[in-house]
Amino acid sequence: MRPFDYQRPETLSGAHVAARDGATFIAGGTNLIDLMKLEVMAPDTLVDISRLGLDQINTHEEGLHVGATVTNSDLAADMRVRQAYPVLARALLAGASGQLRNKATTGGNLLQRTRCPYFYDTDTPCNKRSPGSGCAALGGEMRNHAVLGTSDHCVALHPSDMAVALRALDAKVEVEDSDGTRRAIALDEFYRLPGDRPDQETTLNAGDLITGAILPAPFGGRQTYRKVRDRASYAFALVSVAAMVRMDNGRISNVALAFGGVGTRPWRDRDVENLLIGEAPSQKLFDTAGDILMKDAVLYDGLEFKDTLVRRLLTATLTELTQ
Amino acid sequence: MKTSFTVNGTPCSLDLDPRVTLLDALRDHLDLTGSKKGCDHGQCGACTVLVDGRRINACLSLAVMHDGDQITTVEGLSENGRSPLQSAFVRHDGMQCGYCTPGQLCSATAVMSEIADGWPSHVSDTLAGPYAMTREELAERMSGNICRCSCYPGINAAILEIAEEDVGYAEAAE
Ligand SMILES: Cc1cc2nc3c(=O)[nH]c(=O)nc-3n(C[C@H](O)[C@H](O)[C@H](O)COP(=O)(O)OP(=O)(O)OC[C@H]3O[C@@H](n4cnc5c(N)ncnc54)[C@H](O)[C@@H]3O)c2cc1C
Ligand code: SF4
Ligand code: FES
Ligand code: FES
Repeated sequence: MRPFDYQRPETLSGAHVAARDGATFIAGGTNLIDLMKLEVMAPDTLVDISRLGLDQINTHEEGLHVGATVTNSDLAADMRVRQAYPVLARALLAGASGQLRNKATTGGNLLQRTRCPYFYDTDTPCNKRSPGSGCAALGGEMRNHAVLGTSDHCVALHPSDMAVALRALDAKVEVEDSDGTRRAIALDEFYRLPGDRPDQETTLNAGDLITGAILPAPFGGRQTYRKVRDRASYAFALVSVAAMVRMDNGRISNVALAFGGVGTRPWRDRDVENLLIGEAPSQKLFDTAGDILMKDAVLYDGLEFKDTLVRRLLTATLTELTQ
Repeated sequence: MKTSFTVNGTPCSLDLDPRVTLLDALRDHLDLTGSKKGCDHGQCGACTVLVDGRRINACLSLAVMHDGDQITTVEGLSENGRSPLQSAFVRHDGMQCGYCTPGQLCSATAVMSEIADGWPSHVSDTLAGPYAMTREELAERMSGNICRCSCYPGINAAILEIAEEDVGYAEAAE
């Protein structure tokens, strides 16, 4: 690990002052410390944001406000989340391990980096780690990679389960810039596609601090999170889906579907939802939904299985929620 | 950097390079070598300790971030190494090489309080609670602790026995 300066401010303004000359925030540290050990990330200054009082969950005019340093464990255990946002509680509980969830935070989970093995291996080219160096995954071994939203420069997945649920929930990320001005970014606008700059993963600016996430009250109906992985627990998703479905008179009256394990960012396709709304559930309908979802998929060698898997997951999930 | 925390009830003050992880501080600076380094990357659970009663991977945490915290390692679970859970591990052969055992013990201790606090898990049928220590719940909740010797039958038997005694969940535990 490279040497760094460590600061632990006690106020938000103190955090901005400490980060003035370019610093990296550290929350739970479960992703950052891992990457610092491998020198994939090598910040000069770490600003510890764990004692800024951002660890509260409060009711909000739109629904619920979740502080940036609320742990994944506390969020999943919160009764308001378990009752009104089960898709989120389920997504959190499907991620990592009990130990990691006790440290992992809302903000850190949103900003966790990809698990592309070449990103972790500093001996290989990687446009995300060192822009312009190339991409070792293209032409290398692919399995834990994306099939949607990829570019010739990067095919890395966004690995978060939580962010998939937040995308289905139309959540917003609350951000404070270094002047202390707050804004809210819709999750739809939060993650960038890799394009020719896979190192630029979000629309955040330098110095922006995530202060929380805003969860609007969900439309009624049923919610679920389903995750398929190589082992039953403690593994990242091969494919996952966060789903909310409302039925009226035997027809789908509202639906939100976001996918993990397939996209370079938590994936949501409104065309799929527009197809489903107003229709009565049937295998034919679900097949068409799968066709729309996967129409622009690029299936490199080793990733063909994701096409079948995501379609089956879509059918299984919609069947369950529309019954 | 000056850092103070309490380990197993004893206040400790250290002057540490901020790069030192909590795991290395415990092992190399405080000579508490019970907590083990398996992977150093959050993937095995051998380094599990309790911080303010909650289990974490000590390898993925900087010691300086724990200023003021109450830390419990395997050495602090009992005075003589014979807590009911530790004795149950011995009785049920819950180890072979023993490398994962300190992490298993700390993790299992926390799992019991998470269940008592009504925390749901990935395999819980309902999010409403309450929950009991079934075999399925145990496997899911302990999945962050890998045993390379695959002593899971013994580990599970030991934890189930103590959980049953503790909360009388005999029926739920099948
Ligand atoms: C073995 C293992 C298995 C895992 N399995 C899963 C899984 O199955 N599913 C899953 O979703 N995740 C999984 N994870 C990832 C885990 O969820 C993340 O490591 C965690 O959510 C990151 O949160 P943190 O608070 O520890 O972030 P940190 O490591 O502290 O930070 C991560 C990044 O976010 C930035 N950051 C953090 N907070 C803020 C803020 N408030 N404002 C601005 N920037 C900020 C940091 O600068 C850093 O770049 C796994 C991790 C490990 C090690
Ligand atoms: S897929 Fe992206 S993260 Fe992986 S090697 Fe290529 S550029 Fe790097
Ligand atoms: S040593 Fe910490 S999880 Fe393996
Ligand atoms: S007893 Fe050897 S790793 Fe578990």
